[in-house]
Amino acid sequence: MDERKDVLVLAIESSCDETAASVVRNGREVLSNIISSQIALHTLYGGVVPEIASRKHIEKINQVIETALSEAGVTLEEIDAVGVTYGPGLVGALLVGVAEAKAIAYAAKKPLIGVHHIEGHIAANYIEHKELEPPFFCLVVSGGHSHLVQVKDYGKFEIIGRTRDDAAGEAFDKVARAIGLGYPGGPKIDKVSKEGNPEAIAFPRARVGDSLYDFSFSGVKSAVLNYINGCRMKGEEWNQADIAASFQKAVTDVLVENAMRAVREYRAEKFAIAGGVAANSALRSAMKEACEKEGIDFYYPSPVYCTDNAAMIGAAAYYEYLNGTRHGWDLNAVPNLRLGER
Amino acid sequence: MRILALDSSGLVASVAVVAQEGKETVTVAEYTVNYTQCHTLTNAPAGAGGLCSIKCKKTHSQTLLPMLDEVVKAADLNLDEIDGIAVAAGPGSFTGLRIGSATAKGLGLALGKPLIHIPTLEGLAYNLWGTDKIICPILDARRGQVYSGIYEFDGDDLKVLAEQTAVDIEELGEKLKSFGRPVIFLGDGVPVHRDALIERIMARCDIAFAPANMNRQRAASVGCLAIQYYQAGKIETAAEHKPDYLRVSQAERERAEREQRQ
Repeated sequence: MDERKDVLVLAIESSCDETAASVVRNGREVLSNIISSQIALHTLYGGVVPEIASRKHIEKINQVIETALSEAGVTLEEIDAVGVTYGPGLVGALLVGVAEAKAIAYAAKKPLIGVHHIEGHIAANYIEHKELEPPFFCLVVSGGHSHLVQVKDYGKFEIIGRTRDDAAGEAFDKVARAIGLGYPGGPKIDKVSKEGNPEAIAFPRARVGDSLYDFSFSGVKSAVLNYINGCRMKGEEWNQADIAASFQKAVTDVLVENAMRAVREYRAEKFAIAGGVAANSALRSAMKEACEKEGIDFYYPSPVYCTDNAAMIGAAAYYEYLNGTRHGWDLNAVPNLRLGER
Repeated sequence: MRILALDSSGLVASVAVVAQEGKETVTVAEYTVNYTQCHTLTNAPAGAGGLCSIKCKKTHSQTLLPMLDEVVKAADLNLDEIDGIAVAAGPGSFTGLRIGSATAKGLGLALGKPLIHIPTLEGLAYNLWGTDKIICPILDARRGQVYSGIYEFDGDDLKVLAEQTAVDIEELGEKLKSFGRPVIFLGDGVPVHRDALIERIMARCDIAFAPANMNRQRAASVGCLAIQYYQAGKIETAAEHKPDYLRVSQAERERAEREQRQ
């Protein structure tokens, strides 16, 4: 019998506005998952301010890591590897986590594993679905990303669809601001939509002419802004909940349609969603229904593993560790890092 | 006592180990590279040639820890045997400061050692130990300002005549003149403001500029000063350490201005 020793990864994530650290055993078992969120701070500015985010990261990072270790009940000595998000993301924010992780790995004499943020989001599905293994398809939707990814194996990806303009979560944030809901847009639109009629307003479902799987969300965002302007000019009242619900439906429809087109074309048997927008209840239920209709298995992480966290980075780092990925002390933050790139 | 010292506050990256035994204090190892690109010295576009032939596109993020590794190896240093980690903690480039601080915090966390927070400009001033002039390090802070403080040596002790702050170069000149003493300048603000200082701001004053072996950040100076700090009990935990930017972020500044107008 192959009895492999347990692998404990200390993971660090600081790519945007959450300072996070986690200890993960064998890529699937989360021993601790500490997240220090800065949302309240950035709400004052209507979005994430990179310099403020970077400053907060450096103030919080040691406490977050120390808590992750103590809650997991492990010492740094017992850790087998240090994993850290090194891109994509805000460069100043990434740099804090990268410099910290490198120094810890160096001083504690542990291997260092740089992790792609999106690879982390995808790996979030491994945490609660112990049976899930590649190959599968994954829709990664967040404030910065909208990717339809073919997960061929651990650490092996092909992006078959991507947004041509705004990320899905970005569109949620912009529309939320326009209809007076404020930041962060995703959860607020999700909530208010429950009181609205998703069929009230026919916002466009954009197709990208030359691609079967790419997305475009700037059109639907503009349509919402135009609709509000039109109402204002005509002196008509507009209904916040109806706009939110109709917008959400338009975005969800496109995401589901492209995803299922890929499922049929590639004969996928398993489909997963990931990223902050994957916490959206309308998207989850629409995707679940569509997967049932196609007769395939559907996977989604709990909301806490959808939004940025370090447990997902620990899960991805574990498989990179098994693949032999090791980074040097010159590891840099790469704000526009591409998936599958090393 | 052994101190590991870092400075990545500006274009220079510097790492040193400074040790004290009895009355002797020595720099065990120091590695300093000035990553200034020629265009920042001559205002010529990158690659157009100029004063300095060092053209390096690498950032502190890529270089600082490998440099530290070289120093540790060269000094045959066991990291568990250091007493503290000193870092030039501001002012300076916001990103540069965070790379230095995050590196120091990570080392402190892993090694269970305290940090010593050295004001960048004090570290710079310490380069000029023994001078009887007043010492004025200046770092380019853009928007017509410099980060500066005013210092003098009283025996072995570096005394602060004016705390480090972001200040208009003209205002700094007035302050310096009020001392009525010879001044020596150093720091990366010198190439930006040298002509104005000589011809206008400090015209007819007794001023000098530090030579190239001591006119930029050096971790050995940070380390020497850190030994004094350590002995005076001025240490902090790795968790509580944060850089001292001397400036709020642009977003906070603009928000404050908006609120003031309203």
